Amino acid sequence: MKELLLGNDAVARGLYEAGCRVASSYPGTPSTEVTECISKYDEITSEWAPNEKVACEVAFGAAVAGARSFCAMKHVGLNVAADPLFTSSYTGVNAGLVIVVADDPGMHSSQNEQDSRHYAQASKIMMLEPADSDECLKYSKLAFDLSEKFDTPILLRLTTRVSHSRSLAELSDRVDNGLKGYEKNPQKYVMVPANAKVKHVVVEQRILDQIEYLETEAVENGLNSVEYNDKKIGVITAGICYEYAKEALGDKASYLKLGCVYPLPEKLIKDFCAECDTVYVLEELDDYIETHCRKIGVDVIGKSAFTLQGEYSQGLIRKVILGEAASSLKADVEIPARPPVLCAGCPHRGLFYALKKLNVTVSGDIGCYTLGASKPLGMIDTVLCMGGSVSGLHGRNLANPDKASKSVAVIGDSTFIHSGVTGLIDIAYNNSNSVTIILDNSITGMTGHQQNPTTGYNIKGEPAAAVCLEKLCEAVGINNVFVVDPYNLDECYNTIGEALSLNAPAVVISRRPCALLKTVKHNPPLKVNKDKCKSCKMCMKIGCPAISMKDGKAEIDFTQCLGCNVCSQLCKFGAIE
Amino acid sequence: MNKSIMIVGVGGQGTLLASRILGSALLSKGYDVKVSEVHGMSQRGGSVVTYVKYGEKVYSPVIGEGEADLILAFEQLEAARWLSCLKPDGKVIVNTQKIDPMSVVIGDSQYPEGVLDAVRSAGAEVHELDALPLAVEAGSSKAVNVVLIGAMAKNTDIDKEVWLDALKACVPPKFLEMNLKAFELGYSK
Repeated sequence: MKELLLGNDAVARGLYEAGCRVASSYPGTPSTEVTECISKYDEITSEWAPNEKVACEVAFGAAVAGARSFCAMKHVGLNVAADPLFTSSYTGVNAGLVIVVADDPGMHSSQNEQDSRHYAQASKIMMLEPADSDECLKYSKLAFDLSEKFDTPILLRLTTRVSHSRSLAELSDRVDNGLKGYEKNPQKYVMVPANAKVKHVVVEQRILDQIEYLETEAVENGLNSVEYNDKKIGVITAGICYEYAKEALGDKASYLKLGCVYPLPEKLIKDFCAECDTVYVLEELDDYIETHCRKIGVDVIGKSAFTLQGEYSQGLIRKVILGEAASSLKADVEIPARPPVLCAGCPHRGLFYALKKLNVTVSGDIGCYTLGASKPLGMIDTVLCMGGSVSGLHGRNLANPDKASKSVAVIGDSTFIHSGVTGLIDIAYNNSNSVTIILDNSITGMTGHQQNPTTGYNIKGEPAAAVCLEKLCEAVGINNVFVVDPYNLDECYNTIGEALSLNAPAVVISRRPCALLKTVKHNPPLKVNKDKCKSCKMCMKIGCPAISMKDGKAEIDFTQCLGCNVCSQLCKFGAIE
Repeated sequence: MNKSIMIVGVGGQGTLLASRILGSALLSKGYDVKVSEVHGMSQRGGSVVTYVKYGEKVYSPVIGEGEADLILAFEQLEAARWLSCLKPDGKVIVNTQKIDPMSVVIGDSQYPEGVLDAVRSAGAEVHELDALPLAVEAGSSKAVNVVLIGAMAKNTDIDKEVWLDALKACVPPKFLEMNLKAFELGYSK
């Protein structure tokens, strides 16, 4: 039976069909839906972990214990999970272990454009890359077989367009071969130098065995495929670029499609290049396949004609290879950009407005609240990585202690648990005069409302233990912990001001659930009394998308307004009712 | 011959549901279908685009310059923004609703006058309708997306029954009646 599946859902289906039993992940666009979809299968024990490192270690532990296991993350999440990743390459597995990593060429929802294929090479872990939903499903299943065949974790690389496109996938039934037996084997699983030295030899031999597989069996089963058409143009490609190439070039080109991007075959590539006049490597981000081609001595055209930045497309390929430019229409008007904004009723808005009034420097973090950086609030100075706001603030205050009373960090509840708490421990331990503001909106917001260890619910929505942020902060040595309601501007302003005046480590928890949560009850929309409105535009200073100026007076869009009353606190004329 | 449809709008307007209904309708007609969606950060009030492509065999899930047969725009400015993706003989169905981007709200830029005239002058065939009052008439301002799906449905060669089945498959039962009404209001415009 065929179904129209999102790439991520197809991965989940493939893992399910392959008899996966344990899943642990941390959400991250574009990988999140894989694990959300897994959580609907009762045969699989699925969990959200506090971060990717924990998720990877949970999946590893389960695989060693004999259960086919899996974890998913976005590309930057793999940085966090890199520690267990590299050494799991040495230990290998028992039952299969599949690690999904989703890259984001074009940065639709990310802070950088790193290419995860380098991780496969660096950790010496085989990496598969599907091009559509059907391959997402098939490769996920195959990944478990390869994991057990070669005694290694397998990386499954996705990109945004594969993760978030729906296409047809062929479904089959689940096959669960049960829990594999576990035997104590310190030479395999205890990575002390003496054992690891022996295992490193095994890893290098494994790569040679995998290359042999990729030249032979993988061609027969279609993981690597060669399609000869017109041989004037040859294309070596993988993943979504195969789809772009096929659409752009059709049978005007021949194709070598690589379903496995680490390791890479040698003979297969040399034979293909020998058949074609001019060979192009089509790959987004780095010149990864191209570099391999040059290393084995074949001449290809890659990044010299294409780009290291952003996404490829059929249009780009047509233009570069065929010299065909698209004809298009253009409306002769200036079109203002429309970047994402904090939602109407977002609890972060009031908090950022209070920070603006306090005129502080803000060390920011990863989440919806990163949008506090944009105008008119413009209240974030730095954003680096998950958890980086808290430790970054401490560093800032070390460099410039005189400004500590004018600097804060902001971090969401989920991000704080992910890796902000270690920075806070650093602040407490080193007695740093740093004020950390935890934006507790009771959910992991940006990735689309996942539960986390502070929410009191697990991935299936069942009640779970909840981290008490106040007690956690106190337990790590923070003696000044405040809680404010971000809908109350005066309370935010006064409390944060007080925390900054203490010259001691302090935490302010800004607590109000995400306005988009279905469980949140809203007030009726507010209205502007046009007679009272003096057109001062004070209400526009918070950047609420529900407020605009119409005919010289403020107007509130009833379809968006959630009655949060932040704007009405700014109106000196009582015009917002 | 493959067809390409773009659904463009502002995050929160329900473009994703619209693309799912469209994808479901096309699938039941036996086409190969690919739908490319936007998740994550861009959802939050930003410009969003969904690509729907169908035919005998579809490769790329995305639509580039000059490739769309139809653009279904949930907002005027978004119709103009994505116009370069339309084929020179393509069609635009547009909701006349205007939503100010934040730069306009705070006075850094202007919402341009005569957006749809400019889209027409560029050479596009434009069908406009004011979907918000129709959605409110159907029972909820949130049903703008289904009103627009109704308007688009009339401009395709797919039977109305197929659309209605797709709608039933994609919306929760308790909102079905309201959505059927919204679809009809869009379809009859």
